[in-house]
Amino acid sequence: MYENPDGVKIGLEVHVQLNKLKTKVFCGCATDYHNDPPNSHVCPVCLGLPGALPVINKKAVEAAIKVGLALNCKIEEHTQFYRKNYYYPDLPKGFQITQYDFPISSWGYVMIEGEDGEHRVGITRAHMEEDPGRLVHEGTIDKSKYTLIDYNRSGMALLEVVSEPDLRSPKEARRYLDKLRNILEYLDVFDGNLEGALRVDANISIMGGQRAEIKNISSHKGAERALLYEIVRQKNVLRRGGVVVLETRHFDEAREITLSMRSKEEAHDYRYFPEPDLVPLKISGWAPAIKETLPELPDARRMRFVEQYGITDDHAKALTSELKLAIFYEDVAKKVDPKTAAVWICDVLKGELNYRDLTIDAFKREHMLSVLELLSGKKITEDGAVDIIRTLLDKGGSPEEIVKEKGLVIVEGDIVSTAAEEAIKENPQAVADYKAGKEKALNSLVGAVMKKTKGRADARAAREVLLGKLG
Amino acid sequence: MAGINELRERIHSGSSEEIVAEYLEKIESSKLNAFITIARENAIACAREIDSKGHDGALAGIPVAIKDNISTKGIPTTCASKILTGYIPPYDAHVIERLKDAGAIIIGKTNMDEFAMGTSTETSFYGATKNPWDLERVPGGSSGGSAAAVAGGEVPLSLGSDTGGSVRCPASFCGVVGLKPTYGVISRYGLISYANSLEQIGPFATNVRDVTALFDVIAGYDARDSTSIKKEANYSSALKNDVRGLKIGVPGEYFGEGTDETVEKAVWDAIHTLEDLGASWKEVTMPHTKYALAAYYIIAMSEASSNLARFDGMRYGLRTEDSDWHTTFSQVRAAGFGDEVKRRILLGTYALSAGYHDKYYLKALKVRTLIKRDFERAFSDVDVLITPTMPYPAFKLGEKIGDPLSLYLADVDTVPINLAGVPSVSVPCGFSGRLPIGMQIIGKHFDEATILRTAYTFEENTDFHTQRPEGF
Amino acid sequence: MIAKKDLEHMAWLSRLELSEDDKEKYTPKLNSVLDYFGELDRVDTEGVEPTYHVLALSNVFREDEVNMPGSSLTQDEALSNAPKKQDGFFKAPRMM
Repeated sequence: MYENPDGVKIGLEVHVQLNKLKTKVFCGCATDYHNDPPNSHVCPVCLGLPGALPVINKKAVEAAIKVGLALNCKIEEHTQFYRKNYYYPDLPKGFQITQYDFPISSWGYVMIEGEDGEHRVGITRAHMEEDPGRLVHEGTIDKSKYTLIDYNRSGMALLEVVSEPDLRSPKEARRYLDKLRNILEYLDVFDGNLEGALRVDANISIMGGQRAEIKNISSHKGAERALLYEIVRQKNVLRRGGVVVLETRHFDEAREITLSMRSKEEAHDYRYFPEPDLVPLKISGWAPAIKETLPELPDARRMRFVEQYGITDDHAKALTSELKLAIFYEDVAKKVDPKTAAVWICDVLKGELNYRDLTIDAFKREHMLSVLELLSGKKITEDGAVDIIRTLLDKGGSPEEIVKEKGLVIVEGDIVSTAAEEAIKENPQAVADYKAGKEKALNSLVGAVMKKTKGRADARAAREVLLGKLG
Repeated sequence: MAGINELRERIHSGSSEEIVAEYLEKIESSKLNAFITIARENAIACAREIDSKGHDGALAGIPVAIKDNISTKGIPTTCASKILTGYIPPYDAHVIERLKDAGAIIIGKTNMDEFAMGTSTETSFYGATKNPWDLERVPGGSSGGSAAAVAGGEVPLSLGSDTGGSVRCPASFCGVVGLKPTYGVISRYGLISYANSLEQIGPFATNVRDVTALFDVIAGYDARDSTSIKKEANYSSALKNDVRGLKIGVPGEYFGEGTDETVEKAVWDAIHTLEDLGASWKEVTMPHTKYALAAYYIIAMSEASSNLARFDGMRYGLRTEDSDWHTTFSQVRAAGFGDEVKRRILLGTYALSAGYHDKYYLKALKVRTLIKRDFERAFSDVDVLITPTMPYPAFKLGEKIGDPLSLYLADVDTVPINLAGVPSVSVPCGFSGRLPIGMQIIGKHFDEATILRTAYTFEENTDFHTQRPEGF
Repeated sequence: MIAKKDLEHMAWLSRLELSEDDKEKYTPKLNSVLDYFGELDRVDTEGVEPTYHVLALSNVFREDEVNMPGSSLTQDEALSNAPKKQDGFFKAPRMM
C-alpha cells in the first residue's frame, strides 16, 4: 500500500492528435504538414475565415470510438459537438469546437504499474475536439516581443483523454502516459513520434490543497520533470506559510520550471453551447461493429505471451510495452526458442538500444535470428553475442562478418583443456583455496582460462573442464 | 425596368456588355447608396466573355448584386463593418459558384446593416441606404441595399440574407419580392454568420417569376454545409396561376395593436382577392407568437456573440497598435465594431454566461420549440399562412435608430418564421400613400412550391408589382 | 439588471474595450432589452425540450479524403489578408 506522504494528487489531460488520419477533423486539408512551410496546409475552414463551415470526418469518429473502447469506456449513443468560447492567439475562430455534455466516451480505466503494484487509473472521459494553431515565440514566451502563428496544425483531430486524479506521483504519471501511448500505438490511430502528437496538461495538488494546472508539456519525461518541480514548489509555498492558489502555469521545457500565467483570464467562462453548424451524431450501432475490429491490446498481448511462449510476466510486460518491440519479438520467437529470444531481446538488446537512444527500428530481425542461432549452435559465447550486437548498432555490417573479423568463434576441446591445465599450474593459491572450500576461487581460474583463450572459450564449458581436472 | 426575360432576349443577341454598362451607369449615378463595392472591371470582363463565347446557363449575362456578407473571391467583402476593411476573401460562397456556373454577372456588393444586425440598414459603416420610394425613409434591413437596388432599377436580381426578416422586411418596404427559403435549402457556406441556426440566403427581384428563377439556380445541396438539405427541385415549374382549393390560415396574433391600419387593410384585401380566385381562408391561433421576439433575439445574440469572436485583427481586417495580446484584441474590436454590434455581442455573451445560461439561452430554445409547434398545428389544417410582412410601411431615417428596442419590435411578424425554419415570401400587396406594403405568404417546411404558386397567382391578378418609384 | 461590474465582465469576456462613456451610454439600452427578455419568464416550458437545430438532421459526415484541388489555400492566399506577417507566419502581439 503506497503511503503517498505528500498527499500528491495528479490528474492528466492528454491531447492525442489523430495524425494517422489523412485529413483534419472538420475539413479536407492534408495532415502531413510536419516538414512543410507554415500556413501551407490550410483552407477557409481551418483558418476560420468568415463564412466557412465545418463538416465532420467520419474516420475521426471511428478512431474516437476505438480509443474509447480500448480504454474500457462507455460509448455514448447520441453525442454532439459544442463550442468552447475563449480568446487566444492560436484559436482562429475565437472558439474551439469540442465536446461538453454527452462526450463520445466516458467512465473507463487503464491499469498501470503503480508505486505499489498494479494500480487502476480512472478515465473520466475521452472526447473529440479540434487542435488550435501553433505559436512560435522569439526566445521565451515571457520575453518575446511578438508571437508568430502557424495554422497548419489548426483543425487536426484531437482526442482529449481526461484521467481521474488517481495518480499519486510523478512516476505514476509517467507510467500512465507510457501506457496510454502504448495503447494508442496498438490501435494504429496515432504516430507518437511526430511533433505535436501528444500534449499533456497536468493538474497537481498536495496535502489536499488547491491544484495548479500545468500547460505546455509535450513529452513523458517533461511531464515527470514538471510534476517533480511542482511538488517542490508547492511544498516551498507551504513551508513559507503561504497557500497554493488555483492557477494556470506554463512549463518551460528548457529550464524545467513552471511559470505563473496568472492573469484575469483565470475567470474562465467558456459559455458552452451546441455547435449550430454541426448536427448531432447518433452512433448506437457503431461501437459493437468497431469492437470486432480492435486489434489485440497490450494487456491481452502480455497475457498471451506468457501463455504462448512460456516467458516470465516481467519479460512479457517489457516486450509488449511498445508495439514494434512486441512484433519484433514474435517474428523472432517463431523461429528460435522463445525464452532465449525473450532474454536476449529484452535484457540485452533493449538495454543496448536504450543506452544509445535508439528504437527497435535500428536493429534487423534477421540479425537477431543469426545471433541466436550462432549461440544455440554453440558457435559463439554469450560475451561474443553481446559484442556482435554492440558492433551492429555502432558500426553496422552483419553477424557473420563480425564473427569473422573479430574471430569470435568458440574455442573448444583441446585448447580449453590445455588452457585449464596451465591455469591450474600457474595459480596454486587459487587451487588450494578452492580445495579448502572457497567456491569463489574457481572464478579466478575460469578467468585465467578465458584470458588464455582470449575470451573465446565458453565460460561454462571452461568451468566444467576445470572441475573435472581438479577432482 | 426589365424583368430577366426581356434581358435574356437582348443578351442572346450579344448585348451583354451593353446591358452591364447601362446598369453600371445607373449604379454609379445613384442617390440610394445601395452599393458598397461596384465590381466594374469584373462585370465588364464577364459580359465581354459572354458576348464573344456565348453561355447557355440559366442566368447567362444577367447582372446580380450580392449582399456584402456573402463571400466573393477577389471582391472586397465587408459586412458593412469597419472591422473588415480591406478584407478580400480567397474563396467564393457556394451560391456565388452556382451563379457563376449559370453565367450570372456579379455586378457589386450591396449595403446592409453591420453584420446583418438591424432592420433599417442604418447601422452600416458606409452610411444608410435610402428607400427609392422616399429618399428620406429607410429601405428596411438588414438587406436594404439589395432590395433598394432592385426597386431602384439598378439591378434586376440580388441576394440578401434573412435571419429575423432581413430579406422580407426590405422587400416589403421597397415594394419588391423577397424569399426566405426553408432552413437548409440554400447552402450557408460562404455566408458570414450572424446567427447560424436561424439564417438563410434569399433572392430579390421585382416579380415572382424572376425570384424563382434565381432561387432555382442557388438552391440545392452542398456537402460543405452540414445543415444543407438534399432537396433539388425545379421551383419554376410550380408557378401556375391557380389557387383553387388552397387553404389559407390567418393568425390573428400577426395583426396586433402595433399594426398600421393601411397595412391591415391591404393584407385583408389580398386575402379576399385570393378567395375570389378560388382559395378559402380561416383564422388560426398561434398562441406563442408574442414570445417569439424575445426568444429570437436571445438566440440570435447568443450565436452572434460567438460567431463574431473571430474578428481580432490577426488574420484579416482592421489592426490597431500592438501591445499585449489581450489589450490588442480588445482595442481592435472596440475600434472596428459599431455600437449596435457591440451591444448585441455583450447581450449575447450575457445570455450564455454562467448563471444566466438557463434563464435566457436555454429558455429561449424551449420557447422556440413551442413556436415551432404552433406552426405545425396550424399547418395540420391549412396549406399556407398569410400575414403582414411588417406592421407598418417604411419609417423615416433616424426615427427609430436611437431606441434599439423599438427597432427590434419592428421584427414582430418576421422572426417567428426563422425560429420555426419555415419558408416565407414577401410580395407587394398595396400602398400606404406612395409607400409599399408587403404581405408574407408562409408555407410548410420545404413547401416553397405552394407559397411561390400563391404569390405568382396573386401577382398575375394584380398590378402592385408593376408600380415603380418616381424617378426610377 | 446589468450593473457596471457585470458589464465590465462581459466586455472582458468578449474582448471589447469600453470607455466610461460607452459604459454609461450602453447600460440603459442593454437593460431595456434585458427587461424585455424577461417576458419569457411568463411562458411555462415545463417538460419542453430545447430546439437547437430546427431540422431533424443527424450523422452528416465527410470521407477522410484530401480536398479536391482548389479547396485548400496556398500560403500566399492564406496570408493575403494578414495585417502583419513574417516569414510565412501571421504576426500577433506579444503574449505578456
